[in-house]
Amino acid sequence: MTQEIKKIVRNTLKAQNLGVLATLENETPYETLVAFVSSEDLKHIVFSTAVYTRKYANLKNHPQVSFLVDTRSNTEKDFHECIAITALGEAKEAGREEQKKILGPYLKKHPYLEGFVKSPSCRLFRIRVRKYIVVSEFQKVLEFAV
Amino acid sequence: MPFNKFVLPIEEVLQEHRPRVGGKGLSLARLHSGGLKVPKAICITADAYLSFIDSTGLDKKILLEVHRKQLEEARWEEMWDTALRIRNLFLRTKLPADLLGLLRKEIRAHFHGNPVAVRSSALGEDSAQVSFAGIHESYVNISGADAVLKHIKLVWASLWSDAAILYRKELNLDLEKSAMAVVVQEFVPGECSGVFFGKNPMDGTQAVIEAVYGLNQGLVDGTVEPDRWILRRADGKVLSHNPALHTEMIRSKRGGVRLAKIDGKKARAAPLSRNRIQAVFGLGKKAEDFFGHPQDVEWTFRNRTLYILQSRPITTDRTGQKKDQKSWYLSLRRSFENLQELRSRIEDHTIPGMMEASEAMAAQDLSGMTDKELSVEIRRRKKAYAQWVDVYWRDFIPFAHGFRLFGQVYNDKIHPEDPYEFVELLRPKSMHSLERNGIMEKMAALISRDKDLEKRVRAGRLEDVHHPEFQRLRRSFMEEYANLKIFDEGDSAPFERLRGFLLELAGASLSERKKKVRAVHKQPDPHRFFAQFKKEDEDYARGLLDLARFSYRLRDDDNIYLGKIERQMNRAVLEGRNRLKPRFPSRYAKFPDEQIIKCLQDPEFRPVIKSSKQEREAKPGWRARQLKGQPAGKGLASGAARVISDESHLFEFKKGEILVCDAVDPNMTFVVPLAGAIVERRGGMLIHGAIIAREYGIPCVTGIADATRIIETGDSVTVDGFLGLVIIEHGGK
Repeated sequence: MTQEIKKIVRNTLKAQNLGVLATLENETPYETLVAFVSSEDLKHIVFSTAVYTRKYANLKNHPQVSFLVDTRSNTEKDFHECIAITALGEAKEAGREEQKKILGPYLKKHPYLEGFVKSPSCRLFRIRVRKYIVVSEFQKVLEFAV
Repeated sequence: MPFNKFVLPIEEVLQEHRPRVGGKGLSLARLHSGGLKVPKAICITADAYLSFIDSTGLDKKILLEVHRKQLEEARWEEMWDTALRIRNLFLRTKLPADLLGLLRKEIRAHFHGNPVAVRSSALGEDSAQVSFAGIHESYVNISGADAVLKHIKLVWASLWSDAAILYRKELNLDLEKSAMAVVVQEFVPGECSGVFFGKNPMDGTQAVIEAVYGLNQGLVDGTVEPDRWILRRADGKVLSHNPALHTEMIRSKRGGVRLAKIDGKKARAAPLSRNRIQAVFGLGKKAEDFFGHPQDVEWTFRNRTLYILQSRPITTDRTGQKKDQKSWYLSLRRSFENLQELRSRIEDHTIPGMMEASEAMAAQDLSGMTDKELSVEIRRRKKAYAQWVDVYWRDFIPFAHGFRLFGQVYNDKIHPEDPYEFVELLRPKSMHSLERNGIMEKMAALISRDKDLEKRVRAGRLEDVHHPEFQRLRRSFMEEYANLKIFDEGDSAPFERLRGFLLELAGASLSERKKKVRAVHKQPDPHRFFAQFKKEDEDYARGLLDLARFSYRLRDDDNIYLGKIERQMNRAVLEGRNRLKPRFPSRYAKFPDEQIIKCLQDPEFRPVIKSSKQEREAKPGWRARQLKGQPAGKGLASGAARVISDESHLFEFKKGEILVCDAVDPNMTFVVPLAGAIVERRGGMLIHGAIIAREYGIPCVTGIADATRIIETGDSVTVDGFLGLVIIEHGGK
């Protein structure tokens, strides 16, 4: 069962380009859409942000994040076909060495972001995912830890 | 069934391939099948283009570039910037191995290393392509498969040329779906070439032939003046002949073309004999019979053979473009030769003329004139100023294309990661605005080193401060700055307000500032650029760099020449205004110039000033937090915004503030040494503000629509000059 869910999660994360990153601003949640890539073992999700954004400031104060990826099509089918995956974990700015490792896979998925990501005012973050919550068929909810 | 052939020889092109090979490809194929003498050619279909941009992710990068700003709001300079970035993306993106292998094999098989022409063949409607001919690129005399492949990429890139973006609606350029086909054609090094125009737009009973010696590139881009014959359409009878001077021609050289002198017999004879005129007329008529409409035909003669290079139907006139802003913009794209001529005119006539005009005005004694004489003089100066503004638009603005042309050549040769790397080579040793700022910084340095001097500056008028070196600098400063409008209020107030500004500058860490300017002022070595050229082309490379440097420097200085004339015009207006003070003590300061003239002419005249209700911008319910513009100067800086909506605000400028303005003009550059960053409404990577910001090594973001309205003085602002972002915290920290 776990292998099957993992496969669904892996395929969904591969197929989707954008996810919703929730950070914390003081005590208020704040969401933004970010382009991401996930690791094959599902343990990590990588995204990028400019340094003077609200989310960057939030991440520096509260590394705990939740990250939503879904397959919505904005039609009635969503109520039985849509899959929504929430990843819970901790985001950390990638150091220079780590950047070198994760930049390749990130740009492979989003080659058009090369100029943005290589800009000196842009940073790569890696979420160490602790848990996935997978919602399908309207209200079927499964959880698994990684 | 999807079409996935990347290469089609013209012998195999059918009508149904039109959406794949474009109008030019199809018309050549039809002419060939009709038995006309067409050079051997193959079509690189639009599918090759689509495969390239899809498999490399270039499609998404292009979309990011063209969506950087609403194109409706973009200035032509911003469109040029977009086109430059996209062109560089094409140059830097490698062809995938399978496509590369296939195209290389086909090119070798068809042309065996012989030189070819690489021509655009856009997929739009015939009529549109005719009307907007010249928007996409074509290259001639290219040898070797790899060079041909590079030029195919450049032709593809020209789907997104500045002109194509400008005419995107007329061309039906679809940001998501458009594609480009390319014709690779055997190169014919013609002895004489030209165009045949099947129907004269001025008179439908006539046809027109234009001819030049050598290749017709010179005719098409306006470098070489052609001979022109008007013929009777019915039978080809020559009605008139306008001969040209035959001084120059375009010839082929290794890997391209060059401008060569004509002398001897050719200089005296027309490029076409009577027989050849009739041969061209016959060819044009044949093409017309074949397609069923009058044609615009490009042809060339080589060893007595007349070749047809391309044929397009005629719509309205030769270019079809209305004389509007857009066509004016297209006229800015000039050739190297044309720009060199323009440079001579600017150096030998325009600048001396402007200097002479302003000096003559300065020498006039306005105070000795009667009111009537003064009114005539004001009008004369306003007219003279308007004429010089026209000259400015005619000469200086098109000349700015000099450094753009250099940028394109530089990127074609070097393929740099940063498409603006070329600007480093253009840095002049001196710029007017930097020289002026240098004097001011020296005054500030004296103040910061000498406590006693600082005390005296704080206490009294600048001209009363006893300090010989300070006074020497003050005088040269006044000479330099007196040319600027801001110091032209007729009294010493602006200079006095400058006192506070100088003290602020003295307080700033000058040694740090100087280091910064010097560090960024190291000129990089141009030899890397020169090394890309063959020995015989090095002179061209040096000439182009020299032209570009002059063009770049003039971009900064040109306003100063015009400003000198403007100042003299304002001086006369101010003299008139002051004379009205006794008559209208409370209102004289508000009279428009025309009312001043009338008052001076007629002592009984009483101006009525309409009370203009101040239009107040309603504060929107939402507020901008982050704005996107163009990254025109690298770096990051945060500080309080100083919004300049009125030039008097400049004197309030404090160290480290972010200069927010509509456009940085020479009046403003004196505050730049204090500024932490620049945010400008006017867009472009190479505009005055961006150039100055780069000289001082401070971040700059241009093209922020409504910058001065959205940002308020005191807002805490971060300028990200790497990504072109401005982040605002309203109300400050």
